[in-house]
Amino acid sequence: MPGGASGALAGFSDLTANTESPLFRLAESHMSSAETVTTNCVITAEFLKELAAVVGPARLLSSKDELLVYECDGYVVEKSVPDVVVFPENAAEVVAIVTACGKHRIPFVPRGAGTSLAGGCLPVGGGVMIAMTKMRQIVDINLRDRYAVVEPGVVNVNLTRALAGTGFHYAPDPSSQGACTLGGNVATNSGGPHTLKYGVTVNHVLGVEFVSPQGELIQIGGPCGRGNGFDLPGLFVGSEGTFGVVTKIWVRITRNPAAYRTMLAIFDSVDDTTQAISNIIGAGIVPAALEMMDKGIVAALEQAFHFGFPLDAEAVLLIEVDGLEVAVDAEAETITRLCKDSGAREVRLSQTEKERALLWKCRKQAFGAIGRLSPSYCTQDGVVPRTKVPEILRFIAEVSKRHDIRIVNVFHAGDGNLHPILLFDERNAEQVKRVMLASDEILGKCIDLGGSVTGEHGIGVEKISFMNRLFTDEDLTVMEDVRKAFNPDGRCSPGKLLPTAGACGMEHIEKQHPGRKAAM
Amino acid sequence: MSESESHPETAAVGQSIPYERFLDCVHCGLCTSACPTYVETGDENDSPRGRIYLMRSVVDGRLDLTDKVQGHLDLCLDCRSCETACPSGVQYGRLIEPFRVDMHQQSAADSTAAGTPPPKPDWFHRWIMYGLFPYRRRMAWALAPARWMQRLKLDRFAQAIGLSRLLPERLRRMQEQLPSLGKSLPPLPDFLPAKGKRRARVGLFIGCVADAMFRRVHWATARVLQENGCDVVIPRAQACCGAIHYHSGASEPAIELIKQNSSAFNDDSLDAIIVNVAGCGAMLKDYSHIAEEIAADSDLDPAKFVSRVKDVSEFLAELEPREPTGPIDAVVAYQDACHLQHAQRIREQPRQLLSMIPGITLQPVAEAELCCGAAGSYNLTQPDMADRLGQRKVAELIKVQPDIIVTGNAGCSLQLQAQLKKAGHTVPVLHPMELLDLSYRNAPLTELV
Repeated sequence: MPGGASGALAGFSDLTANTESPLFRLAESHMSSAETVTTNCVITAEFLKELAAVVGPARLLSSKDELLVYECDGYVVEKSVPDVVVFPENAAEVVAIVTACGKHRIPFVPRGAGTSLAGGCLPVGGGVMIAMTKMRQIVDINLRDRYAVVEPGVVNVNLTRALAGTGFHYAPDPSSQGACTLGGNVATNSGGPHTLKYGVTVNHVLGVEFVSPQGELIQIGGPCGRGNGFDLPGLFVGSEGTFGVVTKIWVRITRNPAAYRTMLAIFDSVDDTTQAISNIIGAGIVPAALEMMDKGIVAALEQAFHFGFPLDAEAVLLIEVDGLEVAVDAEAETITRLCKDSGAREVRLSQTEKERALLWKCRKQAFGAIGRLSPSYCTQDGVVPRTKVPEILRFIAEVSKRHDIRIVNVFHAGDGNLHPILLFDERNAEQVKRVMLASDEILGKCIDLGGSVTGEHGIGVEKISFMNRLFTDEDLTVMEDVRKAFNPDGRCSPGKLLPTAGACGMEHIEKQHPGRKAAM
Repeated sequence: MSESESHPETAAVGQSIPYERFLDCVHCGLCTSACPTYVETGDENDSPRGRIYLMRSVVDGRLDLTDKVQGHLDLCLDCRSCETACPSGVQYGRLIEPFRVDMHQQSAADSTAAGTPPPKPDWFHRWIMYGLFPYRRRMAWALAPARWMQRLKLDRFAQAIGLSRLLPERLRRMQEQLPSLGKSLPPLPDFLPAKGKRRARVGLFIGCVADAMFRRVHWATARVLQENGCDVVIPRAQACCGAIHYHSGASEPAIELIKQNSSAFNDDSLDAIIVNVAGCGAMLKDYSHIAEEIAADSDLDPAKFVSRVKDVSEFLAELEPREPTGPIDAVVAYQDACHLQHAQRIREQPRQLLSMIPGITLQPVAEAELCCGAAGSYNLTQPDMADRLGQRKVAELIKVQPDIIVTGNAGCSLQLQAQLKKAGHTVPVLHPMELLDLSYRNAPLTELV
C-alpha cells in the first residue's frame, strides 16, 4: 500500500491490533525500505545537545512515549515515528535547527496541525520533526494595503476571526480550516469550497519567508506581491514542504462580499444534480461555492447536526452566490430556475445567518461525520474536467456495486474536485483490499478522463505511485531538477511528492514490496 | 490474559473501556484547536487526538503508562471542548474519565504490590477534597474565620506582610481564590412557594461548596423560580454531586453520593430538578453513564433522577420566563462554563435570559469555547496551566470592557475573580440568576457590587 492508493484510510487503521492486514505488512516493508535510504540518519547525543541548546529542553521531545503521537497525521495507513520533535518559536531557531540537521546529515520535516490526508507530515525514515505550532502570531494586519503577515502555525480560521469587524477575510477556506495551519495550507496549496470563485492558496500568497534546507533564511515575494523576476512564491506554494520550512507568510486579504445568498437544492437523482451543475456553469454564472452531497453523506450530517436535510433525496447541492446586493437576488433566481429545469424537487434559500452558518458547518465537517457511518473510511481526492462529473459519478456507483463497497460523495462540484468516501471496517482485511482496488480504479478513471489524483490534499506519501501515470519520465525529471535546486540531497521532507526513477505504479496491490524509494 | 498477569502495572488500565470508543476517532485532528491545553503548549500529546492516541496505545500495550504519559493525561481539563468540535461524535469524556479512574486506582494498587503500606490519598485529598468540600456544614464552619478575616481586612494584611506565603501552595491558592464572602445568609428552607399562578414544582440542588460560598446565588435562583410560578422544594437529604470524587478516581464515595441524591429527590411530584452550577449539573446528568461504568453490577439506576435534571437557564428558557422589567445599565461579558456549553450543550439559553433584562448590552467575547482554567479542582492540582488559561481568558474578557462578567458556574466564578485580581482588574463576577433576580425585584446593581 505504501506509495499506494488507499487514500486517507481513517479510523486509526492498524496500531497493533491488525497486524495481519496487507496494509500493515506493506506499510512495514515501506518503512524499512525508507530506513535503508536514510541509514546515515543517526541521532547522536551531541546532535540532541545541539538541538537542546537551540530550543531548550522543554521544547524538545525525544522519548518514545512522547514521540508516538507524531507517527502519523490525518492519513493513518503509513506510520513512522520521528526521532526528535522540536518546537521553535522564531525563524532564528528554525535556522539553527536546520543548520544542525545539515551538519549531522539528519532529515527533517515540518508539521503544523497534522491534518494532512495524504501523509504530508509523515517523518519518512525518522529524523527531526519541526513542529510549527508555537509560531502562531499574526504579525501584522494591513487593511489599507490589503495584506496580513502571519507565522506558519496560525490556524486558518483564526486569521479570518482576527479580521472580524474589518470587512475583510482570508478567502481560502479548506474544510479543516478550524484546525489546519496556514503553513500547511502553503505547503499543499489548499483549496476549499470558495475556491471556485476566489482561487486556491497560491492566488492569495504574496510572499513567503522560509529556511532553505541549507539553513539560509530566504524571502521570496512580499507585501508588494510577486511581480519581479521569477514567480518563486508561485513555485513554492504546493511544494509540500520539499523546498524548505516556511517561517512567515504574506497573504492577501479579501473584502467581504456585500451580500450573499445561500441555497440548498434538493434532487431525486444524481444525474439531475450533475446536469444542474453543468447548466449553472454553462449559463456563465460563477457561484462563490457549488458543493454536492449525496444521500449517504446527508444522512450522516443530519445525524450529527440536525439541520433538517431531506433524508429521501438522492443528492443536494449547496450553492452560494455573492456580490452586490442588487446582483445576488437575480443570480439566485436564475440558479433556482436552472436547478428546477434540471429536475430539482425543491430549492431552499437560507433565511437567516444562523441557518447559513449551520449549513456550512455541515459541509465543512462532513469528513469527520463519517465516523457515524462506519468504523473506517478512505477519502479520495480526484479531479475531472467539470463536464465529466456525470461520467465519473456513474463510474463510482458502478465500482461501488462491483466491489461491494459503500461509497458516499461530498465534493466541490463547481471545479470537478471529487471526494468519494469509501466506507469499510478496517478489521476486515479482505474488505480493505477491495477498498484499495476500488480506490485505484476510481483514481485511474480520473486520469483517463483527463483529470488528476489530487485536487487539494496533495500527493504526500499516499499518491506518490500515481505520479508515473500522471506524468512522463521527462516531466518528472524536470520536477526532480527543480526540487534539487532547493533541496539537493532530499533531506527536507524526504519521501514526499516525487517518486524516484523506477518506482512502480499500481502493482503494489499484488506485490508486497512496491519498490518505491524515498525521494532522497 | 497471561500477559496481564506478568505486567500488572499497566495491563489493566483502560481495559474496561469499550474498544469501539477509541475507534470512533478517525484521527482527523479537527479537535486540536478547540483544546485549551493544546492551544497553550502546541504539543500533540496535550491535544484530544493525542490523548486518545496515548490511551489507546496503553490499552494496546504499545506504550507503558509512564509518568510522562500520565502527566499529559492529567493535564487534560476534562472541559470537553473537543466533543463540541468533533464531527464524529467521539465521547472523549467517556474515554478520559474512566481511564483516569483506572490510572489512579492502578497507582494505588502498584504501591500495595510493592509491599508499601496501603496507599492513602495525600493530606490534601483526605482532609480538604474529600473531608471538607463535600460537606455543606463543615464548609460553612471552615469559612467562618475567613469571613471574619475579610471583614476585619486581616486577609489583606496577611497577604501584604507575606504571612500567607507560609501556607502550603494548594491552601494558599484556595485562600487566593476565596471570593468576597459577605454577610452569611441563612440556609434555604425546605420549601418556597410559587408566586402567582403555579406553573411547575421543582427541586433545587444546592450542592456543597456552592452552598457555602455562593448561598446568595441559591437564594437568587429560588426567588427567580418563585417569580416564574414554581414551587421550590429543597430536600434536606441531598449531598455533594460527587464530581470531586469521581474526577479524581475515588469511585466508591461517588457511588454513595449518586445513591443519596437519587433517593433525596425521589419525589414524583417534582417536574424538574434544578441546578445552577454547571459542573454539578453535568455530573448529575451523567449519573447513568457513571453508574454503568463504575457500578455496572449493582442495581443502581439513576435514570429517573437524570431525566429530570435541568440547568436553571435551560429550564427557564423552556418555561418561557416572565419578562424582567427592572433596568440594569451595564455592558455584560458572558463567559460560557465548559460544563454548560460543552458537557450540556447549553449556550443560547443564558444569553437569551440576560438579553431580556432592560439595559443590558451583551458583548460577544473571543475564544468563548476555551476553558478559563478552573475545571473543578484543576486549578489546585495543575496551578501552572490554570494560571496560563486564566490570564488568557481574562485578557479576552477585558477586551470588551465589561461592567460585569457573568458565568453560570461556581468554579469559573472563583477562578475568574482570582485571575482578575491577579491582573489588577476589579470587574465583578456574577451568576445570571443574580442579575435576573435583581431585575425582577427592580433593585439597584449596587446591591450586588
